[in-house]
Amino acid sequence: MVEIYARWLDGATKAGFMLSLAAFVAYVSGALPAYVPPAALPQLWGLSAARFAEATGAPQGWGWLALVGYGYYLCLAAAVLFAAVTLVCYLRLLPMLIRERAWLDALLALAQVVVLATAASGVVAGAG
Amino acid sequence: MDAAAIPWWIWPLALLAVSFAIGIVAVLAGVGGGVLFVPLVGGLFPFHLDFVRGAGLVFALAGTLAAGPALLRAGLASLRLAMPLALVGSVGSFAGAMAGLALPTRLLQTALGVTITTIALLIWRSRATDAVNAEPDALGALLRLHGEFHDPSAGVTVDWHAQRTLLGLGAFGAIGFVGGVFGLGAGFANVPALNLLMGAPLKVAVGSSALLISIVNSSAAWVYIQHGALLPLIVVPAILGVTLGSRIGARLLRATPATVVRRLVIVAMLLAGLRALLKGLGW
Repeated sequence: MVEIYARWLDGATKAGFMLSLAAFVAYVSGALPAYVPPAALPQLWGLSAARFAEATGAPQGWGWLALVGYGYYLCLAAAVLFAAVTLVCYLRLLPMLIRERAWLDALLALAQVVVLATAASGVVAGAG
Repeated sequence: MDAAAIPWWIWPLALLAVSFAIGIVAVLAGVGGGVLFVPLVGGLFPFHLDFVRGAGLVFALAGTLAAGPALLRAGLASLRLAMPLALVGSVGSFAGAMAGLALPTRLLQTALGVTITTIALLIWRSRATDAVNAEPDALGALLRLHGEFHDPSAGVTVDWHAQRTLLGLGAFGAIGFVGGVFGLGAGFANVPALNLLMGAPLKVAVGSSALLISIVNSSAAWVYIQHGALLPLIVVPAILGVTLGSRIGARLLRATPATVVRRLVIVAMLLAGLRALLKGLGW
């Protein structure tokens, strides 16, 4: 259980780091269309998240996925990978625990997946 | 100097440098970087506190996720110990993130100042222990929160059992909530809760704390993502800086007097906490 979790954690974290670096270079260099240009951010980064979304027309919830062709949202996708790593590792662990009939561990892992998936869905947070 | 007159690219570069420095210092002082990142960046940079807290969570996530595999393989982090505590902590963190995003910024800034100042005082006063000889409690035994830890530096093997598990679960729910509100990793509270309250050996407590942060912070991070509180120009330099800084910090660990660094961190936290407090009060 521990080795599988460690291996998946390792791979996913390295992928997140490399994608972050590549996406950031593509964003600030202008290699990709920006959506929110870096030079425009000093007028916007002092606003609250809600007012920033109003000012830029940024989608809330998962709407940004349709915009990953833009540098700004590709960077966001890379950062989101870090939040997704634990969910991915638990999803990898769950069938193995069920196969081994480690019911209590499986129940804990399933409950953790439910909490993370609920947070990620935005349903309870009210974002859409 | 007016912040608006500074070219935009100076800020991510400065943030990269600050995150790099925090990455080094956090490893040397044995604290989570978020507890320095949020008050320092919130006080010295022109970003809204929503974005600083969102970045603080991902900052702590990046550092602890990177350390996780090595800690697990070395037996310094216990996945069995982390699983039930992380579950309760995640629920608390999720609730804390939603509460934090709903609170007025001034109130949050003031509360951050009070929290960081209190944490600095707690770190100053806290003492660790490795006296692990208590009997396990029924809940800890049911959840099989026990293990064997070999400490090569001391040449001893320690059998440990969790104690006061119910209190521990309550503590991690509360720690998760505070971390979610302020965008902190909360390693400063995890380690004493695991070591002093639940009786885990100190090194297992430190290692498992990092694993816990990597799980607990994920749920709060999702809430910030869903509310659009992650600004790539802040998050990515923070991730890159802390990842590189942590590696340097780990190399410097043997040669640097940890007590001196720890005192410096406490002073930095007190100053950053006071600045956040004054900013929140409008002074």
